[in-house]
Amino acid sequence: MSAVAAPPVTLTPEEIRRYSRHLILPEVGMDGQVKLKQAKVLLVGTGGLGAPMALYLAAAGVGTLGLIDFDVVDESNLQRQVIHGTSDVGRKKIESAEASIKEINPNVRVVKHETALTSDNAMEILKDYDIVADGTDNFPTRYLVNDACVLLKKPNVYGSIFRFEGQASVFAMEDGPCYRCLYPEPPPPGLVPSCAEGGVLGILPGTVGLIQATEVVKLILGIGEPLKGRLVLYDALNMKFRELRLRKNPECPICGTHPTIHKLIDYQQFCGVVAEPPKSTLPEIDPVEVKAKIDRGDKFVLIDVREPHEHQIGNIPFAKLIPLGDVAKRMNELNVGDEIVVHCKSGVRSAKAANLLRESGFKNVSNMKGGILAWSDKVDPSVPKY
Amino acid sequence: MAKILIPTPLRQFTGGSDAVNVSGGTVGEILAALTTSVHPGLRTNLFTPEGKIRSFVNVYVNDEDIRYLEKDSTAVKDSDTISIVPSIAGGR
Repeated sequence: MSAVAAPPVTLTPEEIRRYSRHLILPEVGMDGQVKLKQAKVLLVGTGGLGAPMALYLAAAGVGTLGLIDFDVVDESNLQRQVIHGTSDVGRKKIESAEASIKEINPNVRVVKHETALTSDNAMEILKDYDIVADGTDNFPTRYLVNDACVLLKKPNVYGSIFRFEGQASVFAMEDGPCYRCLYPEPPPPGLVPSCAEGGVLGILPGTVGLIQATEVVKLILGIGEPLKGRLVLYDALNMKFRELRLRKNPECPICGTHPTIHKLIDYQQFCGVVAEPPKSTLPEIDPVEVKAKIDRGDKFVLIDVREPHEHQIGNIPFAKLIPLGDVAKRMNELNVGDEIVVHCKSGVRSAKAANLLRESGFKNVSNMKGGILAWSDKVDPSVPKY
Repeated sequence: MAKILIPTPLRQFTGGSDAVNVSGGTVGEILAALTTSVHPGLRTNLFTPEGKIRSFVNVYVNDEDIRYLEKDSTAVKDSDTISIVPSIAGGR
Protein backbone atom coordinates (compact mmCIF):
# COMPACT_ATOMS: atom_id res chain seq x y z
CA MET A 1 0.00 0.00 0.00
CA SER A 2 1.28 3.42 -0.89
CA ALA A 3 1.51 5.86 1.97
CA VAL A 4 -0.40 8.63 0.19
CA ALA A 5 -3.08 7.46 -2.22
CA ALA A 6 -4.08 10.06 -4.80
CA PRO A 7 -7.66 11.19 -4.17
CA PRO A 8 -9.99 9.60 -6.70
CA VAL A 9 -10.99 11.91 -9.54
CA THR A 10 -14.65 12.84 -9.35
CA LEU A 11 -17.02 15.16 -11.14
CA THR A 12 -18.19 18.45 -9.65
CA PRO A 13 -21.93 19.18 -9.50
CA GLU A 14 -21.46 21.60 -12.39
CA GLU A 15 -19.81 18.85 -14.45
CA ILE A 16 -22.57 16.41 -13.60
CA ARG A 17 -25.13 18.89 -14.96
CA ARG A 18 -23.00 19.65 -18.02
CA TYR A 19 -22.37 16.02 -18.96
CA SER A 20 -25.86 14.75 -18.12
CA ARG A 21 -26.46 13.34 -21.62
CA HIS A 22 -23.24 11.35 -21.36
CA LEU A 23 -23.90 10.18 -17.81
CA ILE A 24 -27.21 8.58 -18.76
CA LEU A 25 -25.53 6.57 -21.51
CA PRO A 26 -24.56 3.28 -19.88
CA GLU A 27 -21.53 3.06 -22.22
CA VAL A 28 -20.19 6.31 -20.76
CA GLY A 29 -21.64 6.89 -17.29
CA MET A 30 -19.67 8.35 -14.38
CA ASP A 31 -16.69 6.08 -14.99
CA GLY A 32 -16.48 7.04 -18.64
CA GLN A 33 -16.85 10.74 -17.96
CA VAL A 34 -14.05 10.54 -15.41
CA LYS A 35 -11.89 8.79 -18.02
CA LEU A 36 -12.58 11.67 -20.40
CA LYS A 37 -11.70 14.17 -17.68
CA GLN A 38 -8.39 12.41 -17.02
CA ALA A 39 -7.51 12.02 -20.71
CA LYS A 40 -4.75 14.00 -22.37
CA VAL A 41 -5.11 14.43 -26.11
CA LEU A 42 -2.66 16.23 -28.38
CA LEU A 43 -4.01 17.92 -31.51
CA VAL A 44 -1.32 18.51 -34.08
CA GLY A 45 -2.55 21.57 -35.97
CA THR A 46 -5.57 23.74 -35.20
CA GLY A 47 -6.71 24.13 -38.78
CA GLY A 48 -9.41 22.42 -40.81
CA LEU A 49 -9.24 19.07 -38.99
CA GLY A 50 -8.00 20.40 -35.65
CA ALA A 51 -10.84 22.92 -35.35
CA PRO A 52 -13.80 20.52 -35.20
CA MET A 53 -11.80 18.03 -33.14
CA ALA A 54 -10.90 20.68 -30.55
CA LEU A 55 -14.45 22.04 -30.31
CA TYR A 56 -16.15 18.67 -29.88
CA LEU A 57 -13.49 17.08 -27.66
CA ALA A 58 -13.68 20.14 -25.41
CA ALA A 59 -17.46 19.93 -25.28
CA ALA A 60 -17.27 16.19 -24.55
CA GLY A 61 -15.16 16.88 -21.50
CA VAL A 62 -11.66 15.75 -22.49
CA GLY A 63 -9.66 17.07 -19.52
CA THR A 64 -6.46 18.13 -21.25
CA LEU A 65 -6.14 19.27 -24.84
CA GLY A 66 -2.68 20.02 -26.18
CA LEU A 67 -2.52 22.27 -29.24
CA ILE A 68 0.45 22.60 -31.57
CA ASP A 69 0.44 25.46 -34.04
CA PHE A 70 2.69 28.38 -34.89
CA ASP A 71 0.47 29.97 -37.51
CA VAL A 72 -1.76 33.03 -37.33
CA VAL A 73 -5.38 33.15 -38.47
CA ASP A 74 -5.75 34.23 -42.09
CA GLU A 75 -8.97 35.31 -43.81
CA SER A 76 -8.76 32.31 -46.14
CA ASN A 77 -8.92 29.97 -43.10
CA LEU A 78 -12.41 31.07 -42.06
CA GLN A 79 -14.18 29.08 -44.78
CA ARG A 80 -13.50 25.88 -42.79
CA GLN A 81 -11.51 26.47 -39.58
CA VAL A 82 -14.59 27.05 -37.45
CA ILE A 83 -12.67 27.43 -34.19
CA HIS A 84 -11.46 30.84 -35.41
CA GLY A 85 -13.74 33.80 -36.09
CA THR A 86 -13.57 36.93 -38.21
CA SER A 87 -12.28 39.02 -35.33
CA ASP A 88 -9.42 36.51 -34.85
CA VAL A 89 -7.78 37.28 -38.19
CA GLY A 90 -4.12 38.09 -37.49
CA ARG A 91 -4.25 36.43 -34.05
CA LYS A 92 -2.15 33.38 -33.18
CA LYS A 93 -4.16 30.28 -33.90
CA ILE A 94 -3.45 28.65 -30.55
CA GLU A 95 -4.63 31.77 -28.72
CA SER A 96 -7.79 31.96 -30.77
CA ALA A 97 -8.39 28.21 -30.40
CA GLU A 98 -7.86 28.36 -26.64
CA ALA A 99 -10.41 31.16 -26.31
CA SER A 100 -13.03 29.16 -28.25
CA ILE A 101 -12.34 26.02 -26.20
CA LYS A 102 -12.60 27.92 -22.90
CA GLU A 103 -15.87 29.47 -24.00
CA ILE A 104 -17.32 26.04 -24.76
CA ASN A 105 -15.93 24.34 -21.68
CA PRO A 106 -13.85 26.19 -19.09
CA ASN A 107 -13.06 22.88 -17.36
CA VAL A 108 -10.66 21.91 -20.13
CA ARG A 109 -6.99 22.48 -19.47
CA VAL A 110 -5.41 23.79 -22.68
CA VAL A 111 -1.68 23.24 -23.16
CA LYS A 112 -0.27 25.46 -25.87
CA HIS A 113 2.77 24.42 -27.87
CA GLU A 114 3.52 27.41 -30.06
CA THR A 115 6.05 25.73 -32.29
CA ALA A 116 6.46 23.62 -35.36
CA LEU A 117 6.65 19.92 -34.49
CA THR A 118 10.19 18.77 -35.31
CA SER A 119 12.35 15.71 -34.80
CA ASP A 120 14.03 17.59 -31.95
CA ASN A 121 10.91 18.36 -29.93
CA ALA A 122 8.36 15.69 -30.95
CA MET A 123 9.26 13.00 -28.41
CA GLU A 124 9.36 15.51 -25.58
CA ILE A 125 5.98 17.02 -26.53
CA LEU A 126 4.15 13.78 -27.33
CA LYS A 127 5.29 11.79 -24.29
CA ASP A 128 2.85 13.53 -21.92
CA TYR A 129 -0.25 12.64 -23.93
CA ASP A 130 -2.38 9.50 -24.17
CA ILE A 131 -3.56 9.95 -27.74
CA VAL A 132 -2.30 12.01 -30.67
CA ALA A 133 -4.64 13.30 -33.39
CA ASP A 134 -2.97 14.29 -36.62
CA GLY A 135 -4.48 17.28 -38.38
CA THR A 136 -1.43 18.55 -40.19
CA ASP A 137 -1.19 19.50 -43.82
CA ASN A 138 2.12 18.17 -45.04
CA PHE A 139 3.91 14.87 -45.54
CA PRO A 140 7.03 15.50 -43.41
CA THR A 141 4.90 16.18 -40.31
CA ARG A 142 2.64 13.18 -41.03
CA TYR A 143 5.61 10.81 -41.09
CA LEU A 144 7.10 12.53 -38.05
CA VAL A 145 3.85 12.16 -36.04
CA ASN A 146 3.54 8.53 -37.13
CA ASP A 147 7.08 7.59 -36.19
CA ALA A 148 6.95 9.36 -32.84
CA CYS A 149 3.65 7.63 -32.03
CA VAL A 150 5.06 4.20 -32.97
CA LEU A 151 8.20 4.77 -30.87
CA LEU A 152 6.17 6.02 -27.89
CA LYS A 153 3.39 3.42 -28.38
CA LYS A 154 0.63 6.01 -28.59
CA PRO A 155 -2.35 5.77 -30.91
CA ASN A 156 -2.20 8.12 -33.90
CA VAL A 157 -5.70 9.15 -34.92
CA TYR A 158 -5.25 10.05 -38.56
CA GLY A 159 -7.33 12.15 -40.92
CA SER A 160 -6.45 13.70 -44.25
CA ILE A 161 -8.40 15.71 -46.81
CA PHE A 162 -8.21 16.88 -50.39
CA ARG A 163 -10.88 18.79 -52.33
CA PHE A 164 -13.99 16.58 -51.78
CA GLU A 165 -12.31 13.52 -50.41
CA GLY A 166 -11.04 12.38 -47.04
CA GLN A 167 -9.22 9.49 -45.39
CA ALA A 168 -9.28 8.40 -41.76
CA SER A 169 -7.75 5.62 -39.71
CA VAL A 170 -6.19 4.89 -36.34
CA PHE A 171 -2.52 4.00 -36.60
CA ALA A 172 0.16 2.72 -34.24
CA MET A 173 -2.15 0.78 -31.94
CA GLU A 174 -0.75 -2.42 -30.56
CA ASP A 175 -0.83 -5.05 -33.33
CA GLY A 176 -2.25 -2.50 -35.75
CA PRO A 177 -0.63 -1.02 -38.84
CA CYS A 178 1.01 2.40 -38.92
CA TYR A 179 1.02 5.12 -41.56
CA ARG A 180 4.19 3.70 -43.09
CA CYS A 181 2.49 0.32 -43.50
CA LEU A 182 -0.08 2.12 -45.64
CA TYR A 183 2.33 4.40 -47.47
CA PRO A 184 5.97 3.34 -47.14
CA GLU A 185 7.18 6.49 -48.85
CA PRO A 186 5.90 10.00 -49.47
CA PRO A 187 5.26 11.30 -52.95
CA PRO A 188 8.03 13.39 -54.45
CA PRO A 189 7.45 17.10 -53.76
CA GLY A 190 5.13 18.70 -56.25
CA LEU A 191 3.38 15.55 -57.46
CA VAL A 192 0.48 15.69 -54.98
CA PRO A 193 -1.04 19.15 -54.64
CA SER A 194 -1.78 20.59 -51.19
CA CYS A 195 -5.14 22.09 -50.19
CA ALA A 196 -3.60 25.52 -50.74
CA GLU A 197 -2.97 24.54 -54.36
CA GLY A 198 -5.87 22.18 -54.98
CA GLY A 199 -8.61 23.69 -52.84
CA VAL A 200 -10.85 22.01 -50.31
CA LEU A 201 -14.59 22.00 -49.69
CA GLY A 202 -14.95 23.90 -46.42
CA ILE A 203 -17.29 21.36 -44.84
CA LEU A 204 -15.08 18.37 -45.65
CA PRO A 205 -12.62 18.77 -42.73
CA GLY A 206 -15.65 19.00 -40.43
CA THR A 207 -16.77 15.52 -41.42
CA VAL A 208 -13.29 13.99 -41.36
CA GLY A 209 -12.22 15.81 -38.18
CA LEU A 210 -15.30 14.50 -36.40
CA ILE A 211 -14.54 10.94 -37.50
CA GLN A 212 -11.18 11.50 -35.79
CA ALA A 213 -12.82 13.01 -32.70
CA THR A 214 -15.18 10.02 -32.53
CA GLU A 215 -12.25 7.63 -32.59
CA VAL A 216 -10.46 9.63 -29.88
CA VAL A 217 -13.48 9.43 -27.58
CA LYS A 218 -13.95 5.70 -28.26
CA LEU A 219 -10.29 5.03 -27.45
CA ILE A 220 -10.56 6.97 -24.19
CA LEU A 221 -13.74 5.18 -23.16
CA GLY A 222 -12.58 1.81 -24.44
CA ILE A 223 -15.88 1.20 -26.21
CA GLY A 224 -16.81 0.13 -29.72
CA GLU A 225 -14.54 -1.07 -32.48
CA PRO A 226 -11.62 1.27 -33.14
CA LEU A 227 -10.77 2.23 -36.72
CA LYS A 228 -7.64 0.12 -36.50
CA GLY A 229 -6.47 -1.80 -39.57
CA ARG A 230 -9.09 -0.08 -41.67
CA LEU A 231 -8.94 3.00 -43.88
CA VAL A 232 -12.17 4.90 -44.31
CA LEU A 233 -12.45 6.79 -47.57
CA TYR A 234 -15.07 9.50 -47.67
CA ASP A 235 -16.28 10.95 -50.96
CA ALA A 236 -18.41 14.01 -50.25
CA LEU A 237 -19.60 14.51 -53.83
CA ASN A 238 -21.11 11.05 -54.09
CA MET A 239 -21.77 10.89 -50.32
CA LYS A 240 -20.11 7.51 -50.10
CA PHE A 241 -18.08 5.97 -47.33
CA ARG A 242 -15.86 3.06 -48.27
CA GLU A 243 -13.60 0.95 -46.15
CA LEU A 244 -10.34 -0.67 -47.17
CA ARG A 245 -8.47 -3.24 -45.18
CA LEU A 246 -5.04 -2.23 -43.87
CA ARG A 247 -2.49 -4.74 -42.80
CA LYS A 248 0.52 -4.38 -40.61
CA ASN A 249 3.45 -4.68 -43.00
CA PRO A 250 5.96 -7.18 -41.57
CA GLU A 251 8.63 -5.30 -43.53
CA CYS A 252 7.61 -1.89 -42.18
CA PRO A 253 10.85 -0.04 -41.32
CA ILE A 254 9.45 1.24 -38.02
CA CYS A 255 6.76 -1.17 -36.79
CA GLY A 256 7.68 -4.35 -38.69
CA THR A 257 9.35 -7.46 -37.34
CA HIS A 258 12.86 -6.13 -37.96
CA PRO A 259 12.61 -2.37 -37.67
CA THR A 260 15.45 -0.29 -39.06
CA ILE A 261 14.25 3.04 -37.66
CA HIS A 262 14.79 3.36 -33.92
CA LYS A 263 14.70 7.12 -33.54
CA LEU A 264 13.26 10.09 -35.36
CA ILE A 265 14.93 10.98 -38.65
CA ASP A 266 15.14 14.10 -40.81
CA TYR A 267 11.64 14.20 -42.31
CA GLN A 268 12.22 17.18 -44.56
CA GLN A 269 14.99 15.22 -46.21
CA PHE A 270 12.93 11.98 -46.21
CA CYS A 271 10.17 13.81 -48.08
CA GLY A 272 12.66 15.45 -50.42
CA VAL A 273 11.65 18.90 -49.30
CA VAL A 274 15.12 20.30 -48.70
CA ALA A 275 16.65 18.68 -51.71
CA GLU A 276 16.37 21.52 -54.20
CA PRO A 277 14.02 20.48 -56.98
CA PRO A 278 16.35 19.50 -59.81
CA LYS A 279 17.26 22.97 -61.00
CA SER A 280 16.84 22.05 -64.60
CA THR A 281 17.94 24.57 -67.09
CA LEU A 282 14.35 25.72 -67.41
CA PRO A 283 14.50 29.39 -68.37
CA GLU A 284 12.41 31.76 -66.29
CA ILE A 285 10.97 35.08 -67.31
CA ASP A 286 9.82 37.88 -65.04
CA PRO A 287 6.18 39.03 -65.36
CA VAL A 288 7.41 42.58 -66.06
CA GLU A 289 9.33 41.29 -69.07
CA VAL A 290 6.26 39.33 -70.25
CA LYS A 291 4.23 42.54 -70.08
CA ALA A 292 6.91 44.36 -72.08
CA LYS A 293 6.83 41.63 -74.73
CA ILE A 294 3.06 41.91 -75.04
CA ASP A 295 3.28 45.72 -75.30
CA ARG A 296 6.02 45.52 -77.93
CA GLY A 297 3.93 43.13 -79.96
CA ASP A 298 6.57 40.37 -79.81
CA LYS A 299 5.50 37.19 -81.53
CA PHE A 300 5.13 34.58 -78.77
CA VAL A 301 2.51 32.35 -77.19
CA LEU A 302 1.54 32.82 -73.54
CA ILE A 303 -0.16 29.76 -72.06
CA ASP A 304 -2.11 29.71 -68.81
CA VAL A 305 -1.96 26.12 -67.55
CA ARG A 306 -4.36 26.63 -64.64
CA GLU A 307 -7.87 25.19 -64.52
CA PRO A 308 -10.72 27.08 -66.24
CA HIS A 309 -12.31 28.10 -62.92
CA GLU A 310 -9.02 29.65 -61.82
CA HIS A 311 -8.67 31.46 -65.13
CA GLN A 312 -12.11 32.89 -64.43
CA ILE A 313 -10.98 34.42 -61.11
CA GLY A 314 -8.40 36.53 -62.92
CA ASN A 315 -6.29 36.23 -66.05
CA ILE A 316 -4.01 37.88 -68.56
CA PRO A 317 -6.26 38.46 -71.59
CA PHE A 318 -3.40 37.71 -74.01
CA ALA A 319 -2.97 34.20 -72.56
CA LYS A 320 -4.30 31.01 -74.08
CA LEU A 321 -5.83 28.58 -71.56
CA ILE A 322 -4.56 24.99 -71.68
CA PRO A 323 -4.93 23.29 -68.27
CA LEU A 324 -1.90 21.24 -67.23
CA GLY A 325 -3.83 17.97 -67.58
CA ASP A 326 -4.62 18.80 -71.22
CA VAL A 327 -1.16 19.94 -72.30
CA ALA A 328 -0.14 16.47 -73.53
CA LYS A 329 -3.09 16.10 -75.85
CA ARG A 330 -3.30 19.73 -77.03
CA MET A 331 0.34 20.17 -78.01
CA ASN A 332 -0.71 19.95 -81.62
CA GLU A 333 -2.16 23.47 -81.27
CA LEU A 334 1.41 24.74 -80.90
CA ASN A 335 4.36 24.88 -83.29
CA VAL A 336 7.70 23.44 -82.25
CA GLY A 337 9.41 26.66 -83.30
CA ASP A 338 7.10 29.00 -81.35
CA GLU A 339 8.44 31.06 -78.49
CA ILE A 340 6.29 29.83 -75.59
CA VAL A 341 5.85 31.30 -72.12
CA VAL A 342 3.80 29.31 -69.61
CA HIS A 343 2.29 30.49 -66.36
CA CYS A 344 0.05 29.17 -63.59
CA LYS A 345 -0.87 30.50 -60.14
CA SER A 346 2.57 30.53 -58.57
CA GLY A 347 4.94 28.81 -61.01
CA VAL A 348 4.95 25.16 -59.94
CA ARG A 349 2.45 23.69 -62.39
CA SER A 350 3.77 25.81 -65.23
CA ALA A 351 7.27 24.43 -64.58
CA LYS A 352 5.81 20.94 -65.09
CA ALA A 353 4.09 22.07 -68.28
CA ALA A 354 7.28 23.70 -69.53
CA ASN A 355 9.29 20.55 -68.88
CA LEU A 356 6.65 18.45 -70.63
CA LEU A 357 6.79 20.73 -73.68
CA ARG A 358 10.57 20.72 -73.74
CA GLU A 359 10.68 16.93 -73.50
CA SER A 360 8.29 16.84 -76.44
CA GLY A 361 10.65 18.84 -78.60
CA PHE A 362 9.57 22.44 -78.05
CA LYS A 363 12.86 24.35 -77.93
CA ASN A 364 11.94 27.83 -76.81
CA VAL A 365 9.88 27.48 -73.63
CA SER A 366 10.15 29.61 -70.51
CA ASN A 367 8.27 29.74 -67.24
CA MET A 368 6.79 33.00 -65.96
CA LYS A 369 8.33 33.42 -62.52
CA GLY A 370 5.84 33.57 -59.65
CA GLY A 371 2.78 33.00 -61.85
CA ILE A 372 -0.35 35.14 -61.83
CA LEU A 373 0.34 36.08 -58.18
CA ALA A 374 3.56 37.80 -59.23
CA TRP A 375 1.73 39.34 -62.22
CA SER A 376 -0.76 40.83 -59.77
CA ASP A 377 2.07 42.17 -57.58
CA LYS A 378 4.28 43.55 -60.30
CA VAL A 379 2.16 44.30 -63.35
CA ASP A 380 -1.57 44.51 -62.77
CA PRO A 381 -2.93 44.71 -59.20
CA SER A 382 -6.48 44.59 -60.55
CA VAL A 383 -5.98 40.84 -61.11
CA PRO A 384 -7.16 39.38 -57.80
CA LYS A 385 -4.94 37.06 -55.78
CA TYR A 386 -6.53 33.89 -54.46
CA MET B 1 -14.91 -4.87 -67.71
CA ALA B 2 -13.69 -4.06 -64.22
CA LYS B 3 -14.45 -0.67 -62.78
CA ILE B 4 -11.53 1.51 -61.68
CA LEU B 5 -12.28 4.26 -59.17
CA ILE B 6 -10.23 7.37 -59.84
CA PRO B 7 -9.37 9.50 -56.78
CA THR B 8 -9.84 13.25 -56.81
CA PRO B 9 -6.18 14.23 -57.32
CA LEU B 10 -5.98 12.17 -60.51
CA ARG B 11 -9.30 13.17 -62.09
CA GLN B 12 -7.61 16.02 -63.96
CA PHE B 13 -6.02 13.28 -66.08
CA THR B 14 -9.28 11.45 -66.80
CA GLY B 15 -11.23 14.44 -68.02
CA GLY B 16 -12.94 14.64 -64.63
CA SER B 17 -14.28 11.06 -64.59
CA ASP B 18 -14.44 9.42 -61.17
CA ALA B 19 -14.69 5.90 -62.58
CA VAL B 20 -13.36 4.24 -65.71
CA ASN B 21 -14.17 0.78 -67.08
CA VAL B 22 -11.23 -1.10 -68.53
CA SER B 23 -10.84 -4.68 -69.77
CA GLY B 24 -8.09 -7.02 -68.67
CA GLY B 25 -7.49 -10.21 -66.73
CA THR B 26 -5.08 -8.93 -64.10
CA VAL B 27 -4.44 -5.70 -62.23
CA GLY B 28 -1.25 -5.20 -64.22
CA GLU B 29 -3.01 -5.57 -67.57
CA ILE B 30 -5.83 -3.27 -66.57
CA LEU B 31 -3.55 -0.52 -65.24
CA ALA B 32 -1.37 -0.81 -68.34
CA ALA B 33 -4.41 -0.35 -70.57
CA LEU B 34 -5.68 2.50 -68.41
CA THR B 35 -2.39 4.40 -68.62
CA THR B 36 -1.56 3.82 -72.24
CA SER B 37 -4.61 3.78 -74.46
CA VAL B 38 -7.36 5.14 -72.18
CA HIS B 39 -5.79 7.97 -70.15
CA PRO B 40 -2.06 8.28 -70.93
CA GLY B 41 -1.77 11.37 -68.70
CA LEU B 42 -2.10 9.09 -65.68
CA ARG B 43 1.07 7.19 -66.48
CA THR B 44 3.69 9.35 -64.74
CA ASN B 45 1.45 9.73 -61.71
CA LEU B 46 0.92 6.00 -61.20
CA PHE B 47 4.19 4.50 -62.38
CA THR B 48 7.88 5.25 -61.90
CA PRO B 49 9.96 5.70 -65.05
CA GLU B 50 10.99 2.04 -64.53
CA GLY B 51 7.34 0.98 -64.73
CA LYS B 52 6.77 0.17 -61.05
CA ILE B 53 3.68 1.36 -59.22
CA ARG B 54 4.70 4.39 -57.17
CA SER B 55 5.08 3.73 -53.45
CA PHE B 56 2.66 6.47 -52.42
CA VAL B 57 -0.10 4.93 -54.53
CA ASN B 58 -1.93 1.88 -53.27
CA VAL B 59 -4.11 -0.31 -55.44
CA TYR B 60 -6.98 -2.32 -54.03
CA VAL B 61 -9.15 -4.99 -55.58
CA ASN B 62 -12.41 -4.59 -53.72
CA ASP B 63 -11.24 -3.96 -50.14
CA GLU B 64 -7.91 -5.77 -50.31
CA ASP B 65 -4.49 -4.25 -51.02
CA ILE B 66 -2.82 -5.98 -54.00
CA ARG B 67 0.48 -6.00 -52.09
CA TYR B 68 -1.14 -8.73 -49.98
CA LEU B 69 -2.70 -10.51 -52.96
CA GLU B 70 -0.73 -11.36 -56.07
CA LYS B 71 0.42 -7.77 -56.73
CA ASP B 72 0.31 -6.96 -60.48
CA SER B 73 -0.72 -10.52 -61.28
CA THR B 74 -3.83 -10.37 -59.08
CA ALA B 75 -6.70 -11.74 -61.14
CA VAL B 76 -9.62 -9.39 -61.71
CA LYS B 77 -13.21 -10.35 -62.51
CA ASP B 78 -15.61 -8.07 -64.35
CA SER B 79 -17.59 -7.63 -61.15
CA ASP B 80 -14.54 -6.38 -59.22
CA THR B 81 -13.82 -2.79 -58.34
CA ILE B 82 -10.25 -1.52 -58.41
CA SER B 83 -9.45 1.46 -56.21
CA ILE B 84 -6.45 3.70 -56.69
CA VAL B 85 -5.67 5.33 -53.34
CA PRO B 86 -2.82 7.85 -53.36
CA SER B 87 -1.61 9.49 -50.18
CA ILE B 88 -3.04 12.91 -49.47
CA ALA B 89 -1.75 15.17 -46.72
CA GLY B 90 -4.20 18.03 -46.45
CA GLY B 91 -5.53 18.95 -43.04
CA ARG B 92 -5.70 22.67 -42.74
